[in-house]
Amino acid sequence: MIGLTGFGAYIPRLRLQRKVMAEANAWMNPALMGLAKGERAMCNWDEDSLTLAVEAARDCLTGVDRDQVEHVVYASTTMPFEDRQNSGVISLALNLRRNVSAMDVTSSQRAGTTALLSALDYAKSRSNGKACGPVLCTSADNRKTLAASPQEMMFGCAGAAVTVGVENIIAEFKGSYTVTDDFVDHFRGEGKNVDYNWEERWIKEEGYNKIIPAALAGLFEETGISGGDVDHLIVPLVTRKVPETIAKISGVEAEKVRDTLSANVGDTGVAHPLLMLVAALEDAKPGDKIVVCGFGQGCDALLFEATDLLSSLTARDGVSGAVARRMEETNYMKYLTFNGLLDVEKGIRAEKDRRTPLSSLYRHRDMILGMVGGQCRKCGTAQFPKARICVNPNCHEVDSQDDLPFADRSCKIVSWAADRLAYSIDPPAYYGMIEFDEGGRVNTDFTDCIGENVEVGQSIKMMFRVRDVDEERGFKKYFWKATPVT
Amino acid sequence: MATGIKDKVAILGMGCSKFGERWDMDAEDLMVEAFQECIEDAGIETSDIQAAWSATCMDEVSTGKSALPASLALRLPNIPVTRVENFCASGSESFRGATYAVASGACDIALAMGSEKLKDTGFGGLPNMSLGSLGDQWGANFTAPGMFAQLASAYRAKHGISADDLKRAMAHVSVKSHANGALNEKAHLQKAVTEETVLNAPMIADPLGLYDCCGVSDGAACAIVTTPEIAKSLGKHDLVSVKALQIAVSDGTEAAYNDWDGSYFQTTRIASSRAYDEAGIKNPRKELSLFDVHDCFSITELVTMEDLHISAEGEAPKDIMDGFFDADGKIPCQIDGGLKCFGHPIGASGIRMIYEMYLQMLGRAGKRQLESPRYGLAHNLGGFPQQNVCSVTVVGKYE
Repeated sequence: MIGLTGFGAYIPRLRLQRKVMAEANAWMNPALMGLAKGERAMCNWDEDSLTLAVEAARDCLTGVDRDQVEHVVYASTTMPFEDRQNSGVISLALNLRRNVSAMDVTSSQRAGTTALLSALDYAKSRSNGKACGPVLCTSADNRKTLAASPQEMMFGCAGAAVTVGVENIIAEFKGSYTVTDDFVDHFRGEGKNVDYNWEERWIKEEGYNKIIPAALAGLFEETGISGGDVDHLIVPLVTRKVPETIAKISGVEAEKVRDTLSANVGDTGVAHPLLMLVAALEDAKPGDKIVVCGFGQGCDALLFEATDLLSSLTARDGVSGAVARRMEETNYMKYLTFNGLLDVEKGIRAEKDRRTPLSSLYRHRDMILGMVGGQCRKCGTAQFPKARICVNPNCHEVDSQDDLPFADRSCKIVSWAADRLAYSIDPPAYYGMIEFDEGGRVNTDFTDCIGENVEVGQSIKMMFRVRDVDEERGFKKYFWKATPVT
Repeated sequence: MATGIKDKVAILGMGCSKFGERWDMDAEDLMVEAFQECIEDAGIETSDIQAAWSATCMDEVSTGKSALPASLALRLPNIPVTRVENFCASGSESFRGATYAVASGACDIALAMGSEKLKDTGFGGLPNMSLGSLGDQWGANFTAPGMFAQLASAYRAKHGISADDLKRAMAHVSVKSHANGALNEKAHLQKAVTEETVLNAPMIADPLGLYDCCGVSDGAACAIVTTPEIAKSLGKHDLVSVKALQIAVSDGTEAAYNDWDGSYFQTTRIASSRAYDEAGIKNPRKELSLFDVHDCFSITELVTMEDLHISAEGEAPKDIMDGFFDADGKIPCQIDGGLKCFGHPIGASGIRMIYEMYLQMLGRAGKRQLESPRYGLAHNLGGFPQQNVCSVTVVGKYE
């Protein structure tokens, strides 16, 4: 048996109100008012497809021994690096083994389901007669759009992840069918920031309504089921009525069509099929048949069947938790600024050479990307950073520390600052001293703060975030930041 | 067994430039301005100086590295000249070099210069600072106000004082310093302010508003030191001697060990205790006549009252509001305006503090003159609450 063994999701906290977007842009495109309901997920300035994927993976790996993960596949069309293995950064952020294999999958809106198929294949081939640890498939997208475009209204951003394996299966993989068809509903060419889209009616009639049913028909034949057997149909397309139409064409009952999360999250691109799959797994009962489609120059269709183990899976945030961790955003100018669509006066303090000494980053990659500190073997003191000489004033042993990952440890605020002088694209810059309950402390940036939940004693969760961007050289720098637990 | 340097070193002369936005001067010009006053006060020639120390913190925005800028500017005659830096405690470090050189018998007459030129950066405050090649990859996106503002949240949590009460005590600190600075012709800011102005000022880093933060200034200050015997032989009668000079530097426990609660300076407590021992001071609250502390931010001054063992734990706000540290209080603090109003040209500040002590001891403080001061303390701090360098110098009348 091969199948899913876990799931996780992450949605950025900010939820931009569609009404304010439409009202700002209606002068240019009055039709936007027709899309002006609900809210869309919006990345904070320090979130991107890599951070979203890491946070989704952390949620997914709840209760999993990181050392057991065999392989990590990362899918996105908005990766921060074209040539620097993005899944390699993710594996460091998650403190996976050095001999984990990693793969980036990109270039299509069905990269998420393609990545999942690849993960399933990997688990199958690795497990031939022997044990195979969990395979992590994580996905995210944060696509750029032009102001006053329908895409700006409809898109969202999120990370979604699943683990795949051969034991402790919560949803068995029953089969898949793929159609590869160069149907260019939209494209984004090399060096371009935003998609180019063709006519919506053609996309529906010649694309969605023909290619997806073809893949579903193939899947049903492959797995010996009919449309009427499907309990959850995932069609991750937010265009009105498209999933319902496809259900009708394929003989799936209307009530089994899953909510596309368009009302409160938006179309999260590559992550969307997996995000909807995670939501389905949160609802599913043992025996439920879950069909997930990924559409992008063709269609992947996969069938899973929920098992009895689904209900005993360790609790995690998932989609419902991620949706609930919400903060309303009504400042459209902020959205434009965070996404590089508006040049604001950043002031003299923004002028700084942000070059990263790569040899130093490599030497300290565990610390910077994995938040790995040390624990003294002699006195037991946990400390960040790991140091050659123990920080305990009653110890000071030399070269006595083992690696200790800090990112998942519980911690709280000791002191804080809301700095209006430091350059920040989202002032004030919050930072302060965080102390870990089991030892160790760090003076670090905070993020996702609302003024009133920043106080001494506040519980903190560390999150993987963009620390700074070297615009001149095109290098994003990452580290861990403290977020108040609400 | 070492016994410290009490009364081994006397100040032969001191000088201090006008602090402020010295658009007309380079750092080198400011050094000459301070040095001219100093050498005249000392009554010696430049060729009598046998060793020199020069403090500049932000060489990258003014003079550039090494001791050469000082040696060239002052035409020091091929003597040993050392550039020192310890963040905002650089001036004290310079004074320490010169003082120890004389105390050790390595030389008879030494110069301690400190200078800083910050107004060519184009910044309103301090320019961006690097934390080093590794520090820049993970340290917080900080400024000095933000780092020190953390003291406030921690102090409130520890002592249960309300945000309003703490803000009011901080405001009193600044109002007091402004009133003092108004009497000092060399000060950068010479204007009194009201409590209301301070409380309603724009926020820089909660709860530090504009008037809770010292500004950024150009300036230089220097001292020429020698033994008391040599000073007397050169015709000086009333001598001001160094009673104690102690520095304590963080070892990482505040930043990385779960002990320190963020509300005080571990180093100040240690350095001041050592300084009182060295100077033979048993009860600073009773024996100190005046003191200048590192009031980069009003909250820093507030907690320092406790860290110097003058106010009891948690009692600094009360002492402050009672006027204990006002010009007419028991122990005037920042009688010359402090960093807040005299200004904070980083390399000069530690020496400038001693300059005021020196003037006061010799009765030359004009409108700011206190009656018969005996011991003066200079507290000079570099770095941040969680990792810093603290220098405590005590000077007094040589008896």
